Amino acid sequence: MEPSEIFARLEKQFAGKVSDFKGDVQEPYFSVDAEAILEICRFLRDDAELKFEILSDQTAVDWPKEEKIQVVYHLYSYAHRHQIVLKVDLSRDNPTIATAEGIWKVANWFEREIFDLFGVIFEGHSDLRRIMLPEDWVGYPLRKDYVEQEEYDGISTQRAPLVDKLMR
Amino acid sequence: MNETAQDQDTGFHTEDMTISVGPQHPSTHGVLRFVVKTDGEVISEAIPDVGYLHRSIEKIGEKVTWHGYVPYTDRADYLAAMFANQGFCMAAEKLAATPVTRRGEFCRVIACELNRLASHLISVGTFGQDIGAMTPFVHALRERETINNLMEEICGARLTYNYIRIGGVGYDILPETCTRISEFLDHFAPIVDEFNRLLTGNKIFIERLAGIAVVSKEDALQYNLVGPNLRGAGVKWDIRRDIPYSVYPELEFEIPVGTGHIGTLGDSFDRYWVRIRELQESCKIVRQCLKMLPKGPAISKVARKFKPAVGECYVRVEAPRGDMGFYVISDGSEYPYRVRIRTGSYTAMSIIDKLSKGIMLADLIVLIGSLDVDAPEIDR
Amino acid sequence: MQAYLDQLMQGGAFAGVPREVVYAIGMLLAAFIVLSAFVAPLAGVTSWLERRVWARMQSRVGPNRVGPQGILQWLADGIKNLLKEDIIPTAADKKLFSLAPYIVFMGFLCAFVVIPFGGHLIVADLNIGILYILAVTSLVVVGILMAGWASNNKWSLLGGMRSAAQIVSYEIPAGVSVLMIVFLAGTLSMQGIIKGQGWAPWDWYLFHNPFTFAGFFLYFTAALAEGNRTPFDIPEAESELVAGYVTEYSGMRFLFFFFAEWGNLYVIGAVATTLFLGGWQVPPLAIFENSPMLLAVAQFVTFFLKAYLWVFVAMWIRATLPRVRVDQLMSLCWKYMVPLSFICLLGTVAFMFVPANGQRITSAAMFGLGVAITIIFFLRVGFQIRQAKPELYFKPHI
Repeated sequence: MEPSEIFARLEKQFAGKVSDFKGDVQEPYFSVDAEAILEICRFLRDDAELKFEILSDQTAVDWPKEEKIQVVYHLYSYAHRHQIVLKVDLSRDNPTIATAEGIWKVANWFEREIFDLFGVIFEGHSDLRRIMLPEDWVGYPLRKDYVEQEEYDGISTQRAPLVDKLMR
Repeated sequence: MNETAQDQDTGFHTEDMTISVGPQHPSTHGVLRFVVKTDGEVISEAIPDVGYLHRSIEKIGEKVTWHGYVPYTDRADYLAAMFANQGFCMAAEKLAATPVTRRGEFCRVIACELNRLASHLISVGTFGQDIGAMTPFVHALRERETINNLMEEICGARLTYNYIRIGGVGYDILPETCTRISEFLDHFAPIVDEFNRLLTGNKIFIERLAGIAVVSKEDALQYNLVGPNLRGAGVKWDIRRDIPYSVYPELEFEIPVGTGHIGTLGDSFDRYWVRIRELQESCKIVRQCLKMLPKGPAISKVARKFKPAVGECYVRVEAPRGDMGFYVISDGSEYPYRVRIRTGSYTAMSIIDKLSKGIMLADLIVLIGSLDVDAPEIDR
Repeated sequence: MQAYLDQLMQGGAFAGVPREVVYAIGMLLAAFIVLSAFVAPLAGVTSWLERRVWARMQSRVGPNRVGPQGILQWLADGIKNLLKEDIIPTAADKKLFSLAPYIVFMGFLCAFVVIPFGGHLIVADLNIGILYILAVTSLVVVGILMAGWASNNKWSLLGGMRSAAQIVSYEIPAGVSVLMIVFLAGTLSMQGIIKGQGWAPWDWYLFHNPFTFAGFFLYFTAALAEGNRTPFDIPEAESELVAGYVTEYSGMRFLFFFFAEWGNLYVIGAVATTLFLGGWQVPPLAIFENSPMLLAVAQFVTFFLKAYLWVFVAMWIRATLPRVRVDQLMSLCWKYMVPLSFICLLGTVAFMFVPANGQRITSAAMFGLGVAITIIFFLRVGFQIRQAKPELYFKPHI
């Protein structure tokens, strides 16, 4: 199916919750409301015509200028060989969204990484804790305005300026 | 404290033992850690703890230029560096609509398939080593030495190549190197047979692998296993055949799929068997490419300050450990806005906890080795 | 040894010293000579040989720097380990931790007292020789369990537990195979068993009847399992348990465990040779009649070569085969080897009732079978070598 047809089908089913279809780009995508993400994902996975059994990738992008963190879902279907991209906009202050773990089990690990590096809270996640960074790390590194903490465990994270190092 | 059934029967108080497999361990591939709760030898849960090799490659992508990021992609999986190079360069070319020269495409495929050989050799060699057979490991490494030397002739580096650049390849493959590559391939074919006689046909090896950690098709799709893990579960899906890129549509090769001819479909033996067969298929591909290698420039002219158009794209390459996805967003400047590398080992780790319930401690090692997880891919 | 001392005393030496004291000091001296002049260098050279044999099988070279062809490598390793820092983990049980290597070491050293190197070259010809060996090599279990427990390390504990289960289980097929030969020979004494065989291969107990033929392989497999050798080296499975029960050991204590393992290889080979391969028997040639010294040397060399062949086979097996899982190991022992060894025992006993002519025919038939198997084996090895195109390895494609 063409991406425009996929979008049309979704629009019919979930009018008002999907919007902003962009079809003339490399990877056609459309936006989804954060509240409706679970039912839309379930429909995408289970509908016979769409059959997106694979969550290829789930990641996030930080747009500080537009004050949003965007969670991006790349879905693929082995059965029908089509792909679609979903984007959900969340506010930067309190990015919360329901977990897709019940629909695609691999979302468990993807969401842990997004929580670790962006700070997005996934409601209903079975085990939301940091995955790459140590448990007591402060901050969300992949955000554009991230500044490292001064010290971690007593070790300074700042690199001394080169001249001082040479003089020492 | 867990009260097992034994507690109620005999009144003995038993506890599960918590063991930490790793991070320093001879057979977790790279720096990985599993917190394993066992009841004697039988595992009740194995929770992976990753992040020891996290080098924030994705954040670095936002700070360096497009051309300058290519060496960083090498380190995303240092055993299969060519594929990460290719993924990122394909993404950049897609965004900027840069053409790639035909000779460049063939050079890319030759380099990538040689790298696939090297990566699978390490994978099956270390897998044998984990099971206890040390000889096939050394033989596999001996062959990989030759491949490393060939890579050094091609691009100057043995492990992290920085060979595939935006618009083509960094250096042309000389005719002498082509001769040496085909000599190596002639030499390599009986080696795989010997490997099979030593390891694959070995009764003890089969007993260790058959029926262990079976992955069903539904699980493989739900947990998004890719590459030999997916094909070992019986799903015939290969990016080179199903979402083709580069010159793969013009090449003839088979996609090996696990059949469960020894043990169950989807067990560790099937995943291992797919890798052995892929060794043979890659040889075929390189031979065809060497024959079809056209003349011409190896790289097309690309601006020094590479500034692709605003946009985003998602590119997949079939790396040895599965489909490596590059999601790259460009905002028109000479630095990428966001680079996301989605690797096969990351999702393979997510299935380990489920598969490890009820198997023995020795089987956990078999499971990790058969999934061919690789610490740099997981942590990036 | 005792006979020799008796001779000396009759000749007038050691007058005035009570007999028991002469025996005691003589035995201790003999044991000391055997242990220091034979066992220690033997275990060391076995370690070097093992590394060279593995290396050649893996198309590499192995240690070849220290001394001619690297033959002093073990000495260098030993000195290095002696000079290392003595680390005992803080929370480990100090007394047990320190004691464990010595118990393991003792377990295999004591066996050398009854190994028959030649017709009269034996420290003590106990009339319960083989039973003594079986008993004393079980001390190793105690040492390994102590090492596993006292290290205060869960990995070591797992290794120690696995090892205890393994060694204790495999005592049974080994013991029953030994029993087969004891029935045939009628004596437990090592020299007695050897004297019950002849110098020619068809007079060996190996080819006596089909059941002892199978019994040999059962014994060898069980002995490999008892010696913690691959494919049964689970207790020290280095890719699973880091280093199993020796994880926390370093320096000389670490080396003691491995010293015991390599020395144990020789004990396995020696016992296999004594029981099944005719021991030190040499053909009754005329030159041996005239010179007892030459006879002794010939017997020593024969025994050594036969025993060392099995050491080499054990190394060969280790370089080739992967490791068996611990539950597969247990099921192999209890479900397959124990019933099979009992069947072989009953068969051997039944065979003892066959008249002498029948036994000669059976021996000849089994000898023929053995020769056939050896020929097929070497043909197959030649085929594999031809298939592998060794010229590719000797002139690597670089």
